[in-house]
Amino acid sequence: MQCALLVVIVLAVQYLGSNLAANMKLVGITPGFGFLNHAANFQIGESVIPYQAGDSYGRAILVGLLNTVKVAVAGCILATIVGVALGVARLSTNPLLAWQVQAFVEVVRNTPLLLQLFFWNAVLHGLPGPRQALSPVAGVLLSNRGVFVPGIETDSPVIAGVVLVFALAAVVFLAQGRHIGLAASVAGLLGAGAWGLAHGATVALELPRLRGFNIAGGLTLSPEFAALLIGLVVNTSASIAETVRGGIVSVSAGQWEAGAALGLKRLQILRLIVLPQALRVIIPVMTSSFLTLTKNSSLAVAIGYPELVSVLNTTANTTGQALETIFIMMVVYLTLSLTVSVFMNAYNRRWKLRENAR
Amino acid sequence: MKPLSSARMRHWLGASAILVAAIATALPAQAGSVLDAINQRGKIKVGVGTSPGFFAPDSNGKWQGFFVDFGRALAVTVFNDPAKVDFTSSSPQQRLPALQAGEFDILLSGVTETITRAFKLGFHFGPVIFFDGQGLLVKKSLGVTKGADLDGATIAIQAGTTGELNIADFFRKSGKTFKSVVIEDSREFRNALDSGRVDALTQDSSDLAIQRTQLARPDDYVLLPERLSKEPLAPAIRWGDDRWLEIVNWTVYATIEAEELGITRANIDSFLDTSDPVVKRFLGIDKSLGEAIGLDPKFAYNIIKAVGNYGEIFERNVGKNTKIGFDRGLNQPWSSGGLLYSPPFR
Repeated sequence: MQCALLVVIVLAVQYLGSNLAANMKLVGITPGFGFLNHAANFQIGESVIPYQAGDSYGRAILVGLLNTVKVAVAGCILATIVGVALGVARLSTNPLLAWQVQAFVEVVRNTPLLLQLFFWNAVLHGLPGPRQALSPVAGVLLSNRGVFVPGIETDSPVIAGVVLVFALAAVVFLAQGRHIGLAASVAGLLGAGAWGLAHGATVALELPRLRGFNIAGGLTLSPEFAALLIGLVVNTSASIAETVRGGIVSVSAGQWEAGAALGLKRLQILRLIVLPQALRVIIPVMTSSFLTLTKNSSLAVAIGYPELVSVLNTTANTTGQALETIFIMMVVYLTLSLTVSVFMNAYNRRWKLRENAR
Repeated sequence: MKPLSSARMRHWLGASAILVAAIATALPAQAGSVLDAINQRGKIKVGVGTSPGFFAPDSNGKWQGFFVDFGRALAVTVFNDPAKVDFTSSSPQQRLPALQAGEFDILLSGVTETITRAFKLGFHFGPVIFFDGQGLLVKKSLGVTKGADLDGATIAIQAGTTGELNIADFFRKSGKTFKSVVIEDSREFRNALDSGRVDALTQDSSDLAIQRTQLARPDDYVLLPERLSKEPLAPAIRWGDDRWLEIVNWTVYATIEAEELGITRANIDSFLDTSDPVVKRFLGIDKSLGEAIGLDPKFAYNIIKAVGNYGEIFERNVGKNTKIGFDRGLNQPWSSGGLLYSPPFR
């Protein structure tokens, strides 16, 4: 029986394959990836790496991929922070807070994401123009051309990178309450900074200012990026909130009572006893939330953020290599998803091991 | 064969269902005459866009517009019935793959004829039915008079159009810079200018003129007179059916020839007793031509009766007396200084 099924599948694949090849030949399309080296004569609105019209299609696609990764990474981190906070707040003993969070979660989870993206896009486009930009805090400008924040201008990116790594380490150690690690990374941070300054690296704080048609200087989040990021974070944080709430509820009430009997405060019980146990339940579900967020970023096509799908669609349109671009799309999303899964599974195993060791 | 357990049976059925579905979806794309498929179906499938004047459903849900009328003219040529045609709107980005995949028999959605689309996408183009050029729509208060003034500006482009390539060429040539925002959705494209997200929209100037009428305050915006490119908009079909191509060609030519001969929807019957051999052949009073080419000898007569000549189609949908108010410009017969020229019907 299974052999027959296999034969049928092989025949079907062969039939579809030959059909496809015949049809492509009929309309004069040559299959292959040679087009990746050809010049892409279109502009891309924002890019992490330098790109201009006339660079290769391969580079254009890489720009799109990096834009997808940018929004996915920022989105996953922010959604986790917001989602955990909301999930905990949902269980608050304060009924007003719990009720508000529940209302938020229900509204967000029961409306389509595309609609939410259009909403956030309209909100950001509704901000005043660059000449009348809002400035809620000195140095931060909100306009319909984007959100502008002060940036740090330096001519030694390597040292800046080292400083950044130490700063991140310091934050992690601080969160885990490891004082030795914290002291070491702060020392490293200061050391690297001092070494850089001593060797003539310049650091300057750059404030955004109006120049010509636009605001220049500082760091810019384009309205499309900001709309997409806010939309994805809000949408995913609602489902993460539910995951976190479920995880916490799954820890038996006895654990809370035991903690209270030891004289721990409510937040301490949560941080030291309940969350570590709840994480076992939470992490696998979070993985699928992260995957969903990454894949949902492709909805950006509609609002004009140049992520992978947007660039690949343009590529398909100008080269006619629709099948190849769809293939690239599938491979990239599969790779991204598997990478996220691998990381999350490794993290998951860490928590499992700890439990077994006890 | 021993009886299958129910679980196995379900597997087997599932696999067969997938196979059948796969073959069924593969079939329409298979080689074969487009015209045969049209005749079998009894309807022509036409891909259009959404811009009032060119193609848009009216309050009764009936498609109206300049390009739509050419779709109806085709239905007259093939079936002698202007209703035997289905219009489906498709975004600029989706329409080309949709035509390649056999989703449509023809695109009448303002596709620019280019060499890449001819060779790499495998499209044949009928006669150009609208000579257009890419323009820039900007806010009056910016004080911009030509494209070169837009150095450093943010410009919205609609995804999947030749505009995406033209604007990049334009700025590269002049050594100036711009920031692009590529938007697929037509409404979001227009909103980007309305909300001030971008300084300018770029697109075929005819489309921009229509977009301008849809803005909240149309008078605050101006379409710059400069044209960045040539945009010959033509019917597009995929390679593989020469006869279908000729039907498209001569349906368009019939509307152009009629205008040149001065034949309109209103006066056509007064030509029926003409002695002019050219008109006699064109209207099928002399039946020999139609019989020779295997079409209804009166196909041109039927087209003019149903939708009018090129000039009538133009004026009714986008001409001076409509809200859109286009000049004929290049889109008038060669004899009046335009580019429309029909080969002889003989």
